[in-house]
Amino acid sequence: MEALQQFRATTREWLEANCPQSQRQPATREEQVWAGRNKTFPSDDAKIWLEKMSAKGWTCPDWPAAYGGGGLGDEETKILLEEMKSLGCRKPLLDIGIWMLGPALLEYGTEEQKLEHIPKIIRGDIRWCQGYSEPGAGSDLASLQTRAEDKGDHFLINGTKIWTTNADKADFVFCLVRTNTDAIKQKGISFLLIDMETEGVSTSLIELISGESEFCQTFFDNVKVPKNNLVGELNAGWSVAKSLLKHERKLMSEMGELPGPGFSPAQAAQKYVGLNNDGKLKNAALREQLTQHEMDYRCLGLTHFRTFEERINGVADSNVPLIMKYVGTEEQKKKDGLLVALLGSQGIGWEQGESFTADEILSTRSWLFSKALSIAGGTSEVQLNIIAKRVLGLPDA
Amino acid sequence: MPLIFNEEQRLLKDTAKEFLNSNAPVEALRKLRDEKDATGYSTELWRQMVELGWASIILPEAYDGLDFGFMGLGAVIEESGHTLSASPLFSTVVLGASTLILGGNEQQKQDNLPAIAAGELAFALALEEGSHHDPAAVKLSAEQNNEGYILNGKKTFVLDGHSADKLIVVARSSGEAGCTDGLSLMLVDANATGITRTRTIMADSRNAANISFDNVQLSADDVIGEIGQGFSILDPVLDRARIAMAAEMLGGAQECFDRTIEYLKEREQFGVKIGSFQALKHRAAIMYTELQLSKSVILDALSAIDEQRADTNQLASLAKARLNDVYQLVTNEAVQMHGGIGVTDELEIGFFLKRARVSMQAFGDSGFHRDRYATLCGY
Repeated sequence: MEALQQFRATTREWLEANCPQSQRQPATREEQVWAGRNKTFPSDDAKIWLEKMSAKGWTCPDWPAAYGGGGLGDEETKILLEEMKSLGCRKPLLDIGIWMLGPALLEYGTEEQKLEHIPKIIRGDIRWCQGYSEPGAGSDLASLQTRAEDKGDHFLINGTKIWTTNADKADFVFCLVRTNTDAIKQKGISFLLIDMETEGVSTSLIELISGESEFCQTFFDNVKVPKNNLVGELNAGWSVAKSLLKHERKLMSEMGELPGPGFSPAQAAQKYVGLNNDGKLKNAALREQLTQHEMDYRCLGLTHFRTFEERINGVADSNVPLIMKYVGTEEQKKKDGLLVALLGSQGIGWEQGESFTADEILSTRSWLFSKALSIAGGTSEVQLNIIAKRVLGLPDA
Repeated sequence: MPLIFNEEQRLLKDTAKEFLNSNAPVEALRKLRDEKDATGYSTELWRQMVELGWASIILPEAYDGLDFGFMGLGAVIEESGHTLSASPLFSTVVLGASTLILGGNEQQKQDNLPAIAAGELAFALALEEGSHHDPAAVKLSAEQNNEGYILNGKKTFVLDGHSADKLIVVARSSGEAGCTDGLSLMLVDANATGITRTRTIMADSRNAANISFDNVQLSADDVIGEIGQGFSILDPVLDRARIAMAAEMLGGAQECFDRTIEYLKEREQFGVKIGSFQALKHRAAIMYTELQLSKSVILDALSAIDEQRADTNQLASLAKARLNDVYQLVTNEAVQMHGGIGVTDELEIGFFLKRARVSMQAFGDSGFHRDRYATLCGY
């Protein structure tokens, strides 16, 4: 206990000494620092902040120090995050290598793969993207068709992946590919790491209803991939993928942390709807919706805390995290839809011009983008199937 | 915010579960109902609960209490929701003892708290006057006279009111109905001259009463706290009641849900288990998520009381509104998913459905609490 208090004190001291003032507020989209071979920094402070944090391994605080991670335990990690939050320190680095691939690589990768990739993820040298879904394999992911043929010293990849988020900016993709067409579908899948600069890899952007294009389709045309880029056993990629999906779902349950409009629903209500003399929101129906949302959102936050407390106290109910992707994304969708309703006609603008503020436009776009949250990473319906089967033990149809 | 029970609290919870399952299961409530038991609960059961220390869990050690806090009491009350056990625990300890702990003077505490701990005194809170929870709407009058105060008026939906030894009466000593100023809390002997108690048989087969006060004479010493300032005690007492009631509702909803899931796994139609139908699976999964969210809120709300947090009032409204909604959802779905047998008196699911509706009305329905939460948050 005393050691933890000491850790909290030194951590705070270090953060105060090393986190530039400009990095002590939430990052706008333009201010975010994403990993990459050719990454750019929005400011010198952002560069300094990343260098300081990655030197301590605190971009990935709970990863093993042997690969450059922070080597912190659960409680120390929590303290670091709490202290960062209390000072307002933003995350120095964003990358799905940190959130998704890294933990799976630490579990399933060879020593050589860990030494090659983990330090680069921690430093932000490589930007990763994910190649799972295909045009014909969405919720039914295991029916994927992208082929990897064994050519002796390499695999030869042919096929296409869709919803490869930010593939146009990524340096590497982690991919599920079919390596056996005779086995039942889950048993013929392998997990491969592919350099996006390899000849035969190309991407095209997919424009979404939000007007944005962070999703891509990625094409593989006779792409040669070294054999040592296989993670886990041949034809056992499904287990790696399932382990990694847990991380993706956890991430998506926390989407509320990502930059959105600079006002909360309650603030927006007061500004755009206004209060009556009795201090109540002018529109009774919106007040009811706002209250319901704020209450449910608080319950969600408490449940995040509870799962954490259960974990560090060794009384975890491993079933509870399974609800978080479903609840988190559904609640985020409600929040974004509510915000648009609270903003009224200011919440449905499309181009900024003089009539709309950047936050108002962001509200419109966030609402539209939020529709993808309950589809990507396993639809809400798939999540409910998983809860029914794995948690409640209800029989298969 | 300890969002988990500690080892002592878990032990207490397990003991309560075991005790209630063997001594006060749902069939015990059915028996009280069918035999039209005059007390409405088993005095022997209450004696055993007192022996287990449940009446003294939240009492300070100075008054023969265990000083174990609401996390401890909440754990026991949550278990009593699984079995729908009728007892004076809620009205005597959550309402009666809390009022005295928060607002009583030294004499009032000494006279009553050790007797509560010993199971010798049962309390009830006489608050409501209309069909909906509304603490400020009190009209029952407390007029000052030479001997003290004289009470006139009527109370309704007084939980355990017919069997209590003492009543805490919320009276108006000044101001208009609708004002929180001018409310006073009065400690009254339930058998005092001028009090008429009429037991009301409620849908949940638990106990309540309508009580009329006709020139009931009190002394000045019977006031709890300052005259006219009763709301400052009543409000936190009601928050404790809302949170404790929500804990009971969580237990009831969880039990009803577990029984329903078991049924989905055994009942066959069209040659398969009905639990294989996606139309039922998704609804079951949604109920599970709602129960998990509810559990987090109850734990935080119980610890908010023990930590004397400033946001306890918000947590009380959050917990009560949520459990009102979730208990309603789960009991409605439980009946529907059980099909025909779900609407029979033979199946115990109906007892949960009825208890849910009564507990939803007690200390504020969802509309009351959403409105209160919004007001507390400044919109």
